[in-house]
Parts: sequence; structure tokens; C-alpha cells
Amino acid sequence: MAITLKGGYWARTRQLMWAALFLWFVLSFTIPLFAVPLNNLTFIGFPISYYFAAQGSVFGFIFLIFWHAARQDKIDREFGVSEDN
Amino acid sequence: MANYSDKSQTTRHTGRLLGIYASGFAAFVILMAILEQIGMSAKWIGFVFILTPLAVYAGIGILTRTLKIHEFYVAGRRITALRTGMASAGDWITGATFLSLAGSLFMLGYDGLAFILGLTGGYVLIAVFIAPFLRKYGAFTLPDFFAARYGGFPARLVGVGILASCSFILVVAQIRGAGLVAERFLDIPYNWGVILALVSVLICSMLGGMRAVTWTLIAQYIVLMVAYIIPILVLSVQFTSLPVPQIMYGQALEQIQSIEQNMIDTGLAGAASFQPYLQPFTHMSPLNFVALVFCFMLGTAGLPHILTRYFTTTSVRETRLSVGWSLVFVMLLLVTAPAYAAFVKLEIYQSVIGSAIVDLPDWIYTWGSVDKVSICGMAASSMDAVLNACQTQGTTVVRYDDFVMAKDVVVLAAPEIARLPFVIVALLGAGVLAATLSSANSLLLVIANSFSFDLYYKLVDRKAPSSRRLVVARTILVLTGLVATYYSVTLLPNDILKLVAWSFSLAAAGNFPALVLGIWWKRSSKFGAVLGMIAGFSTTLFYLIAYQYYDVIWLGIEDLGAGLFGVPVGFAVIIGVSYLSPEPTKGMKEFVDELRTPRGNLITDMEQERRHELAGKS
Repeated sequence: MAITLKGGYWARTRQLMWAALFLWFVLSFTIPLFAVPLNNLTFIGFPISYYFAAQGSVFGFIFLIFWHAARQDKIDREFGVSEDN
Repeated sequence: MANYSDKSQTTRHTGRLLGIYASGFAAFVILMAILEQIGMSAKWIGFVFILTPLAVYAGIGILTRTLKIHEFYVAGRRITALRTGMASAGDWITGATFLSLAGSLFMLGYDGLAFILGLTGGYVLIAVFIAPFLRKYGAFTLPDFFAARYGGFPARLVGVGILASCSFILVVAQIRGAGLVAERFLDIPYNWGVILALVSVLICSMLGGMRAVTWTLIAQYIVLMVAYIIPILVLSVQFTSLPVPQIMYGQALEQIQSIEQNMIDTGLAGAASFQPYLQPFTHMSPLNFVALVFCFMLGTAGLPHILTRYFTTTSVRETRLSVGWSLVFVMLLLVTAPAYAAFVKLEIYQSVIGSAIVDLPDWIYTWGSVDKVSICGMAASSMDAVLNACQTQGTTVVRYDDFVMAKDVVVLAAPEIARLPFVIVALLGAGVLAATLSSANSLLLVIANSFSFDLYYKLVDRKAPSSRRLVVARTILVLTGLVATYYSVTLLPNDILKLVAWSFSLAAAGNFPALVLGIWWKRSSKFGAVLGMIAGFSTTLFYLIAYQYYDVIWLGIEDLGAGLFGVPVGFAVIIGVSYLSPEPTKGMKEFVDELRTPRGNLITDMEQERRHELAGKS
């Protein structure tokens, strides 16, 4: 059964991968882009761009990994390829 | 899941052990603090603080020793997500990160944040693109996966070459770091410090292999994290009255900015040469910033000793979660580092720059006498030395440009700045050592495992019984350790951070494209992969050597971002050559499908069964 569903399974997995890749790219590489213009705004004492590079992105990465794991798990279950069914 | 009940029992048991360990460590620190109060000398405290943890790590190595192949290579694949995360973080946080990250932030200001982004974002790539699939394959080593996906011998050989070179560069950096710690805290010669560090690493990884290393890594993570947090917690209370340095350093940043403005107004800092702390891109161009982030992230996802950690988890789903936990534990240290930088900067702005030389705090001389702080161009070994040096420059007040401090002092001087007892300084020493050993440990193991499994077992003697393979693995472990020690004693490469960055770029260019395409693109062929790995790796190596020794520079990219050239070359060659060479066989495409399906047995399981039978017979 798993084999007939395979195409759909991998398409969904790939979709999720592109979403994660996009978010990763935004968190990693767009922040320095705004470093200079955003440097005068502050947030609890931090210049905003400093805060995002020092903490915001890191929290974003953690959230992204757990979000991806949960979504992937849901896809796995839906297509019956998860490890415990 | 036949041994499910077994597993949960082990889990409860080891959970209790971890609790006992953590409270034992706390009791040890308190005991030492009491002993200091009743007059134990600093030298002895230093000794006990360095040697006791070493004995504990070795003890864990002996207790968890193993003779089973499965346990030696992949810890029996029984490590839960949370613990894999902690072990991986222990692995990931090197002595260089522990000591120099805060220092780099201190010196580079905003630009230093490239390290924080680079050291964290790679975990997303591991979780999404690589780790779950490697776990499903059930690899013992990374080259083993390359061999299975890309048709055997050549891919395995190239994989071993890349693994050995980038891990070896990192080991040399680690052992050097350990030697420096022993020199500073035990007051013994650097060479002896290196040998002491090597022996304790070998005891642990040689006896127990991956299982012992995993448990030692967890023990070391706890030590290094406690050591890192305590001094900065106290500093945060002293400066802001709240013990949350990760949030409160925002206030320190604000004060830093206003003091800087003030320094320019009063002429303490020359307006032309002055680089404000929070001004982006004063030390690195935006392109170099992005290149560094890129190389560190892809390097993370290509470094064998990091990926190997995820071979030890209990399932594919646990693997995904364990990558997340790794980043949580890494994050605890990485979001604290900028706080060190900010509070120490503030201390220097408040009580050094603009102060009369006679009023300088004592910690300046502690570190000046070991040549880590210089004022007016001379090591600040004593007040007289500073007065003399500054007299020739015609000043009695320390100006911004007069003050120079070595990077690693930022963390090491924090306890003295906070006026904490020596026990905390010694604790920091134990932390650096834990960070250094943890990485050295798993790096050595990953090299030795690969040599014994991929070269000896797979290429030389396919019928070797498990006992002989373990002997080979251990012999190689010792040899690698000795060679790395030799290099770290004789060759003194300029900068530990540089070595680390080199290794990242090489791993990114050599391994990352072949790994990702091997899993995500069925068309990638063995010729493409082997040539692509060689091309990516050599391009990066060529640029590193050309940059370092022949002053070549392309597009203004510094060596820290060398992978920016190698990675695209790697991808391009794999894709190009794959289209030109024959399509992978139907069997290979089914293999990739199997890789992408979490359900079912490990792909290597059948093979392992056979091996066990062989081992049983002989």
C-alpha cells in the first residue's frame, strides 16, 4: 500500500522541505540586509537588527526544526509510512 | 521495538544517574568553595578542579565500556532525542567557542554575530535534508553511506579522505586548546598539558567507543554549561540587579553607545579611527558576513562528527526531534556569549578607558602579567610598567586606542571583574577543558571508526571478526591521537578559530552537496558524486592555500568564507556529470525510495545480521 501512495508522500515531503528552506533562508540571510537601516530602532535596549542576529534568528531556527518535525510526522502518519503503524 | 521494555528501564536508570551526577557536581563546587575559604591554596584548587572531572570522564568511559560492535560504533542506537541533543551540543561547543566566541563578539561588535548565526542555522539543514535519512539507512560511518548510494569503493575512499582531513584539522585545534588550559590552570608546561589531555581522551573513547563517548559528552556538557553561566549571572546582577544576562545586556548595550558618544566628544577616542561597537560591517564587508554564515551553516551539516551523533538515536522521528534539542542546548551557550562581550565591554568603558592609571582595577595586571592585556603598547604587568609606557606617550589617562586585550580574556577575566572567589576561575578552567575534550573525543572516534570500518574492514579484511575490528579501531584511535598531538605541539598554526573555519569550509564543500543530492535527487550518479566531492573539496582547499600563502583574493572574500566557492562548484559538478553519465540503476532508485520512507527496518540491518552471525562463529 505504501508504494502506491509513494508519489504523493514524497511530493508533500518535498513541499514541506521547500517551505522550511525558504524560512531558513529568510532567518539566515535577510537579517544582515536590514542591519544598517534598522540599527537605530531599539527593543529593550537592543538595536533591532542586533537582537535578531543574536537571539531572534536562533529562536526562529529552533521553532522551525520542531515545526518541521511535527508537520513531517503528520505527513508520515497520513500516508502510513510512520514508524509505529 | 522488541526490546522496548529494556529500553525504558535503561532510560529510567540513566535518568537517575544523570540526576546524581548533576547534584554531585554542585556539591563538589560548593565543597571547593568552602575549602578555599578555610585557606586551600589557588594552586591546589586548580589541580583538583582540573583533575577530578578528568577522573570522572575516564570513569564513565570505563563503566560504559563495550565489546559489541553495535555499541562501539553507534551506541546500540538507543539514545533518546533529549540526550542525543545534549551530547551533540557538548560535541558542538568546542574549546574555541567557549573561549573565543565572546571575545570575537567583543572585538567585532555586530559583525561577530555572523558566528552566532553560522553556528546555529546549520541544524535546520541537518534536520530537514540529512539526518533522518542517514538514520533510516543505518550507517555506521558517513563514508559508508556514500559507498552505498554512490556505488562502492571510489565514493568510500573520497568520503574517508574528506572526513579525515576536516576532522583532523579540528582535532589539532582542540588538543592545542586543552594544552593551553592545562598550562594556565595547572601551571605545567604546554607539552605536558597536551599529553595529559590526550591520555584522558583516549581512555574514554578507546574503551567504550560511541556509547562511552555519548555519556561522557553529556557529562561534559553539564560541566561546561554550569561553568559558562555562573560568572555571567553574577556580573549581570552586579550591573543590572537582575540575574538574566541574556536579556539584561540590552541595557549594557545602551550604556555602551552613550559612553562611546561621550568618548568621542571628550577626545578619549579619535573620531576618525573609532568604530562604534554596534555599527554593522566595520570589520567585515556584508558579503564576507554572508559568506561566513553560509560556510558555517553548510559546514555544520557536512561535518562527520556532528552527523554521526544522529546515527545513535532510537528512530527516524526521534532523530528529527534530537536535532531540535541539540540546537536548544547549543542555544543556551550561544545567546549568553554576547552578554559576556557586552558586560566586559561596559566594565572596560567604565573603569579602564578614561581612568587615571593609578585607579586601574587589579584584573588588568593579572592578565597584563601574562601578556594578555597591553596599555600604551606595553604588556600591563604592573602599575609602574603602565605608568612608564604611557609617560613616553604623554598621557596619565588610558585612552581608547591605548588599550588592547586578547580575545580569550573576555570570558576568563569575568570572575575577577565580578570579584568572585578563585573557585569560579577554576570552574571556568574545568568548563574550557570539558568543551575541548568533548569535541576532541568524538572527533578522534569518528576518524578511528571510519578508518577501521571503511578502510580496514571494508577494503582490507572483509572477514575480520568483531574482536579484531575493535582492536584495529582502538589502535587507529591511539595513532590518530598521537599524530594530532604531534602536530599540535610542533606546528603552531596562527589561530584556533582559523583552523575551525577552514575545517567548516572543507566539510561544506566536500560533503554537503553529495549528501543532499544523494537523498533528494535520484538522478545523481556515482561519477557525478565522486567527481563533485573531489571538485568542491579541492576548490576550497586551493583557495584556502592560495589565500593563506600566496595572497590571492577573489571577490574580496576572506578565507573564513572559502566554502562560498567550493560549494557551488560541488553542486555544479555533481549535477553536470550526472546528466552526462548513465542514469542510476533501478535498484539504486529503489534504495533511494527506501531511504525516504521512515517506516521499516534499517537498510543495513540485514547485512548486520549476517555480520553478527559471522562474528558469533569465529
